[in-house]
Amino acid sequence: MSDITRDEVAHLADLARIDLSEAEIDKLAPQLAVILEAIDSIADVATDDIPPTSHAVPLTNVFREDVVRPGLTAEQALAGAPATEDQRFLVPRILGED
Amino acid sequence: MSDLTRRSAAELAAALADGETSSVALTRAHLDRIAAVDGAVHAYLHVDAEGALAAARESDERRARGESASRLDGVPIAVKDVLTTVGMPTTCGSRILEGWVPPYDATVVARLRAGGLPLLGKTNMDEFAMGSSTEHSAYGPTHNPWDLERIPGGSGGGSAAAVSAFAAPLALGTDTGGSIRQPAAVTGSVGVKPTYGGISRYGLVAMANSLDQVGPVTRTVLDAALLHELIGGHDPLDSTSIDQPVPDVVGAAEQGATGDLRGLRVGVVKELTGEGYQAGVQQRFDETVALLVEAGAEVVEVSCPHFVHALAAYYLIMPSEASSNLARFDAMRYGLRVEPEGVEAPSAEEVMRATRDAGFGDEVKRRIILGTYALSSGYYDAYYGRAQQIRTLISRDFAAAFEQADVLVSPTAPTTAFKLGEKLDDPLAMYLNDLATIPANLAGVPGISVPAGLADGLPVGFQVLAPALADDRVYRVGAAVETALTGRWGGPLLDQAPALPTTEVAR
Repeated sequence: MSDITRDEVAHLADLARIDLSEAEIDKLAPQLAVILEAIDSIADVATDDIPPTSHAVPLTNVFREDVVRPGLTAEQALAGAPATEDQRFLVPRILGED
Repeated sequence: MSDLTRRSAAELAAALADGETSSVALTRAHLDRIAAVDGAVHAYLHVDAEGALAAARESDERRARGESASRLDGVPIAVKDVLTTVGMPTTCGSRILEGWVPPYDATVVARLRAGGLPLLGKTNMDEFAMGSSTEHSAYGPTHNPWDLERIPGGSGGGSAAAVSAFAAPLALGTDTGGSIRQPAAVTGSVGVKPTYGGISRYGLVAMANSLDQVGPVTRTVLDAALLHELIGGHDPLDSTSIDQPVPDVVGAAEQGATGDLRGLRVGVVKELTGEGYQAGVQQRFDETVALLVEAGAEVVEVSCPHFVHALAAYYLIMPSEASSNLARFDAMRYGLRVEPEGVEAPSAEEVMRATRDAGFGDEVKRRIILGTYALSSGYYDAYYGRAQQIRTLISRDFAAAFEQADVLVSPTAPTTAFKLGEKLDDPLAMYLNDLATIPANLAGVPGISVPAGLADGLPVGFQVLAPALADDRVYRVGAAVETALTGRWGGPLLDQAPALPTTEVAR
């Protein structure tokens, strides 16, 4: 379970949308293998009857009255944008060429 | 005037109330101290002298009218750079947010402002709070005021170094796996991770939502309690915020300071001592436990058998949540945007990939990849699912231990501060620093680290854990330890810290 190959790291980087360089992949793969090996120790600790915990305190859905509250202005929301046009976020083309 | 920076926040609040000093005077004293020592320490990423002095003037005017916005009105504070602040950059120690000024305040920051505390600036941290040394900050490491060649802990090394270098009387930190408590331990300061949900996370840039918690970073237990009281309590903007009154943490700190712990049952966690803990750390811990007995506490040994798996479970849950959270840095709405080299009219996705490569540092990439792996199909049950089951087992261990003891104790960190660079290329060795602090995050329980003395001239921390919502207990026991030890030392541990090299300040 703990083996993680160069190709797998490249695939994961692709899923995570990070353009890792070849050198970065070479460095990351063995580091991740060491971490995964350490983590593997938990494989047999819990039997199937142990329920999972996602949050330490029990969560219930939170509701509020459906009333208008002040929010960010368009200027505030756009203040940190890399590029804007006509009070909108300006982004690179979304569709691929093919 | 420089002695203003040596005083506790509670003493400064009293001096303000007595009219002995003004908020402007003590804000200026701290800004001068920052200018003098921060070249060597690098606790701050951003200092807002103008904003802090303006808030100080308002505080003084308020006081002149006979009003007060809070018990800490006029006492300045530093804020970890992972909490959003209007008018000040919030970078999270990352290039991807370089220069970003948020359009809204974190709830805790809004509460500081409403309480009249001048904000001195933003403190350094490991990128997105991922690390135990601040070496993963994109803006260079913070140095430990006890030895500038050593780490100040992490991820909140900046906040801990700021208070222990007397460059702020108070600071805010965040603790996902120990990022408040471990820096407190290695810098000889006090740090509290409150009960999960006890303090709002709104405006805290998330690493791992189910573990992250804001808390106080100070030099005394009472100061931490005063800050906790101010920032704690329900926030409708955070759906995980607990809708219950904040426990009487200030009263508990005052009660603990009397030094009387009769009737209190203290559990020493077997799995968090002994092997893997530096000899000097273990010694200071054992001595501190003996002091608790002297104070009247009943000490028992408790076993939490699943704590040995906490680190592994944490290093699956945290990266999984982090990889998902950090997907928001997509170069579209805020933050860095980098176009790939040699690509004409790149697509949004190409820009996203290039930006995330250029904007994230090594440790962040490591954890995103690890989290992506743990969540990917085929591995989800084996990794993330198993880790969540371990989380259940750890919570059960805590529940069983709290049947036998009112509080649990351990060393905060297995070692004293190591040298900068020593563990940078060995992620696993770096992760081991959080061995004793992680279980509390997984179970959501509160914890404090207080100074326990020195080992080879470097600070050691003593950790106290309590059941969820019983934050007052960690303050009571923390204050009792502080009283007993400062009595023996003849003053606070930080009085023994070497003088820092200072830069001449022209004003």
